[in-house]
Amino acid sequence: MPAGLLGIEELDRAEIEGLLARAKDFQPMQSQSRKKLDTLRGYMIVNLFYEASTRTRTSFEIAAKRLGADAVSITASGSSVTKGESLVDTLNTLAAMRPDAIVMRHAASGAPHFLARHLPTPIINAGDGTHEHPTQALLDARTILDHRPSLEGLRVAIIGDIAHSRVARSNVHLLAKFGAEIVLCGPASLLPVELARLAPGVRLTNDIREAIQDADVIMMLRVQLERQHEASFPASEYFRFYGLRLEHLDLAKPDAIVMHPGPINRGRELSSEVADFQRSVILNQVENGIAVRMAVLEKVIG
Amino acid sequence: MSILIKNGRVIDPASETDRVADVLIVEGKVAAVAPDLSSPGARIVDATGMIVAPGFIDMHVHLREPGFEHAETIESGSRAAAAGGFTSICAMPNTKPVNDSATVTSYVVERARRKAVVNVFPIGAITKGSAGEELAAIGAMKAAGAVAISDDGQPVMNSRVMRRAMEFARSYGLPVIDHCEDLNLSAGGDMHEGAKSVRWGLRGIPAASEDIMVARDLLLAELTGARCHVAHISTRNAVAMVEHARRNGIAATCEATPHHFTLSDEDMAAYDSSYKMKPPLRSPGDRAAVLDGIARGAVTAIATDHAPHPGSEKMQEFERCPFGIIGLETALALALEELVRPGRITLRRMIEMFTTGPESVMRLSRGTLAPGAAGDVTVFSTELEWKYDVNQSFSASRNSPFDGRTFRGGPVATVVGGEMVWSREERST
Repeated sequence: MPAGLLGIEELDRAEIEGLLARAKDFQPMQSQSRKKLDTLRGYMIVNLFYEASTRTRTSFEIAAKRLGADAVSITASGSSVTKGESLVDTLNTLAAMRPDAIVMRHAASGAPHFLARHLPTPIINAGDGTHEHPTQALLDARTILDHRPSLEGLRVAIIGDIAHSRVARSNVHLLAKFGAEIVLCGPASLLPVELARLAPGVRLTNDIREAIQDADVIMMLRVQLERQHEASFPASEYFRFYGLRLEHLDLAKPDAIVMHPGPINRGRELSSEVADFQRSVILNQVENGIAVRMAVLEKVIG
Repeated sequence: MSILIKNGRVIDPASETDRVADVLIVEGKVAAVAPDLSSPGARIVDATGMIVAPGFIDMHVHLREPGFEHAETIESGSRAAAAGGFTSICAMPNTKPVNDSATVTSYVVERARRKAVVNVFPIGAITKGSAGEELAAIGAMKAAGAVAISDDGQPVMNSRVMRRAMEFARSYGLPVIDHCEDLNLSAGGDMHEGAKSVRWGLRGIPAASEDIMVARDLLLAELTGARCHVAHISTRNAVAMVEHARRNGIAATCEATPHHFTLSDEDMAAYDSSYKMKPPLRSPGDRAAVLDGIARGAVTAIATDHAPHPGSEKMQEFERCPFGIIGLETALALALEELVRPGRITLRRMIEMFTTGPESVMRLSRGTLAPGAAGDVTVFSTELEWKYDVNQSFSASRNSPFDGRTFRGGPVATVVGGEMVWSREERST
């Protein structure tokens, strides 16, 4: 299997530390006026997005360009996908054009893993179904480490539609490898009990107040209406029981930070006041997305 | 033309036979089982060191013809059966068109007569088009050769329709082969709901989706007096319920597949569709319960649920791949490996599960080597080492999780109606 990045689960601590350290090197570039390196000059990266995405796709494109690589982005609509070509045939066609890496997002869990078994090109998973979103977890870790000296012993609450969240799974794998204490919270229909066995140090609760108690980090998840195949939870009740409001923040540590992978739904998973709250680091996450993806592209291709 | 199988250990549970003897078949029927037989002009098969058993019956296969001949044909499926030691196979009705009429039943019977190398017995649909609404022409299908009814893969969700189906089946003396799955509860699922499905972000099929329908249909069997056979049983509760029902006098039986007694969801390779089937590979606890059920005699038969799909359909995103794996050629070896060698059951009991067990449900007049019985014989070894290479399979499909596996023990020769239709030495005849 070519060396791509399919998930956090199979990475070890040293590999993650390496990527996070390298991302820190790239952070100052964000505020420079001229931002382009030539590390990956002459390399070609294909961004293949089978699901709608603004921030992840743009972030990967910018990361590639800042490293001097050429990036081509393809979205599923307006490509051969809509003409009925199978996934493996599309990828074989793209691989024959000899890109140096394929960045891929797909609605089916395991789609990049299946392709990695059959293709010579390294694949970077930009989110597969409800499975993993490794670069999101890396940028979340980078963001936490911008506010805390270490991940070890931190208390992290992840709240929302855990069942359908690839962001939650990747974050759980990453944080657990560094000895964080993780509390997953949501209504029972979105919080299967087997999640407790995902990694060491994971605890489940259906009570948002219990989840937030003494938290260092509060990660809110988007309600993934598009992945719910039936009504797992009455939408009208969601904010009342699982939406994050300012008064909840009193339960957390005084310097706790609030994160969200975006796009945020004000009034659904968090109140507008929380979104604009001074310790909300949502825009830092976006910024770190580029630095982290530069580190990933450099490692996979370089 | 006659055939004389010499010096094998003949194990025929139906006639309480277990001794070294010769088996003579004349004009398609068993003529004699005794030591030192001779028959001038007969084809001689040396079975020294081998087990000689009544021809094995697989009561649950998908032959895909008519309609899906790119996946399997009656001919290719029958050749795979022969290579697996099966002399009789029962063909599920989910073809295109569905076998829901005497016309389709007759077509299968006729194609099998011309093309198949083993005996093929059609199973008719319960409802028209297996749509679960209107009963199929059950009596007419029986007259054309159907030996059971089933809406395998498309279970009847309406309890009233199932009740009527059981009443008709009882009237005609047919068993109902029951694929137990609450389709509302399993909808969208791709694998067993458990720690692995949650880890991999795949939608789960809970064990309860099977248990609920097993419970319903055992209750309907009690209500109607029909014979209810639970196909591919895979959960702890389902095994317990069938056992309980039988103890209470309900005509309930069940079968287990080699993959369900060999593998659990913990054994799956991530997103590998060779491990995708219905019911799914269950938890290690469910697998243990199936094995215990086999050891206690609660499971009547071993059946493969041989379900061919061409490579193009299995080379997709896991959630888009169809359910099912092929299994005819590996069933005996897996039964020896998982059931007999660890001492869960005796060799004799294993042979029962391939012969008298399915015979007791399907009533094919097979499954014994008593004089006058059909000349169907399975010759196998408990010691032979061999490796399964799915690319050499007689099946038209290649979807097996057991590809590349090395086995100890397996089929050696298969005789149907006095004709040797497969032998390991000749590969094919």
